[in-house]
Amino acid sequence: MARELLKGNVALAEAAIRAGVEAYFGYPITPQTELLEHMSKRMPELGRAFLQAESEVAAINMVYGAACTGARVMTSSSSPGISLMQEGLSYIAGSEVPVVVVDVMRGGPGLGNIQPSQADYFQVTRSAGHGNYHPIVLGPASVQEAIDLVTLAFDLADKYRHIVSVVADGLIGQMMEPAELPPMQPVRQERPDWALTGAKGRPPNTIASLVLQAEPLENFNKHLQAKMQRIKENEQRQLEMWTEDARLIVVGYGTAGRVAQSAVKRARDEGMKVGMFRPITLWPFPEKRLSPLADQANAFLVVEMNAGQMVDDVRLVVEGRAPVEFYGRMGGVVPVPEEIYDVIRDLYDKLPASGG
Amino acid sequence: MTTAVMTEKLVYKRPQALLDVETHYCPGCTHGIAHRLIAEVLDELGIRERTIGVAPVGCAVFAYEYFNVDGTEAAHGRAPAMATGIKRVLPDRIVFTYQGDGDLAAIGTAEIVHVAVRGENITTIFINNAIYGMTGGQMAPTTLPGQVTTSSPGGRSVSLAGYPVRMSELLANTPGAAYIVRRSLHNVKEINRAKKAIKLAFRAQMEGLGFSMVELLSVCPTGWKMTPPEAMQWLEEHMIPHYPLGDYKVSDEVRALAKRR
Repeated sequence: MARELLKGNVALAEAAIRAGVEAYFGYPITPQTELLEHMSKRMPELGRAFLQAESEVAAINMVYGAACTGARVMTSSSSPGISLMQEGLSYIAGSEVPVVVVDVMRGGPGLGNIQPSQADYFQVTRSAGHGNYHPIVLGPASVQEAIDLVTLAFDLADKYRHIVSVVADGLIGQMMEPAELPPMQPVRQERPDWALTGAKGRPPNTIASLVLQAEPLENFNKHLQAKMQRIKENEQRQLEMWTEDARLIVVGYGTAGRVAQSAVKRARDEGMKVGMFRPITLWPFPEKRLSPLADQANAFLVVEMNAGQMVDDVRLVVEGRAPVEFYGRMGGVVPVPEEIYDVIRDLYDKLPASGG
Repeated sequence: MTTAVMTEKLVYKRPQALLDVETHYCPGCTHGIAHRLIAEVLDELGIRERTIGVAPVGCAVFAYEYFNVDGTEAAHGRAPAMATGIKRVLPDRIVFTYQGDGDLAAIGTAEIVHVAVRGENITTIFINNAIYGMTGGQMAPTTLPGQVTTSSPGGRSVSLAGYPVRMSELLANTPGAAYIVRRSLHNVKEINRAKKAIKLAFRAQMEGLGFSMVELLSVCPTGWKMTPPEAMQWLEEHMIPHYPLGDYKVSDEVRALAKRR
């Protein structure tokens, strides 16, 4: 496949189509609407299901129903719409059906605005609905990575029978970049044995999140937690640059991570021992690689497009072994490399003398 | 010596589409009748093995444990959306939702209106017993004016809580609806009429004619604080005048289908 100039939202949609998504349900909301529009054209062309729902509440429950048939299913939305989907997501997690959700995050709270933001990190990584679980959360920093992570998202959703959220901020959704799409995978023909397909020649299958008695529900929760643990052990992903000798490590994901990377590169070029750590899985948070770096680095700087949310995860991993500073912009303001460079420069100058 | 010849004729048995399990429904509740009618229809139409049921939140929350079909349990009010998702992926399966009045006419109003608007090719069995049974007898969107419930202790005040909603009449106004009727489960004659309607609703779906819904006026002796016979009488005397039985929407295609055997 050749590289072509692709808009993030279109790339996210087409990547899902190439991954063999069988049904898409969504509701228009800026800044992800091009994704839904692309699906509205392509899915019927391919004989697959597309439906514009009456609300995000309905969309996620359509996704839930379709996922119960064992099909690869997806929805997409942006922050306020994702809020409306929390109910359905909790049922999906409690029923263990595979679902992919794309969240092109915008500025909040409330109606907020339609500019790029990472203000929903807590919402997407902590739970996505009531109950005891984390969805798998993937944070792309480019159009190419958005394509690659959507492909991965479907595989992980199937592997763990779980929700996988791809969280792109509005910048990733709206910008155009050269990227390469993977070849087309056909829609899967076989259905998993747990799927609802009609009880032909077998006892009926049921899919529900209802467990009335306390102990059986505790046991189900233990099962879910064991799955969370397996995901934590196997699926942590990150991108590291110049961390091997870094005294200051900058941590950022998505667009904030990408902008920070430019600032780190400049600091490196100027001889500062600064490293870049970009989480790709926001949950599970890539603690396995970050934790040893806390024994090496003198300080961390977390850069986000919010008031400081992922910084909590970094502090949990660092466990007080080094100071963890934060720099963020909010409300749809995207930081520029220069301002992050200035913060790096200030912090670096305050580090204790090297060799200690 | 003569031998008496005994012949047996089986007149009543459990439908294949109903599992041999005890239900949790209260004595005198009509959910059991509604379940049985659906199961008999699935058997008679030979569609049990390609049917997928969607249970609601409410007293019928465990319906998927009683029907011998593939089934799932939706979030409160969202069964029509879930059924849509299933049907769009598996259009040759028979998909039905089973919903109470709180589920369908309050929290799930948007979802039921929009399956009707889309003419989604699914069937809904709507149990209207004018009360929230599962949570212990609170006012429902279909509670009658003046009806005492645990959340309308002085009787439903229309100035405070508005009027009970007539869902069959409302949904009949959508062009996508193919078959919308109201029946009752309070006596044998009406139960037989209800079964005929349920059968036609499923047949309409099998023919791909659009959205079908059978509203079943039902009793809740526990929530109404009545004996089962009193509840049947109350339904007849109070509910039917407010919710007249009848056919609210029968499309030309469904009318033609009804004439075919």
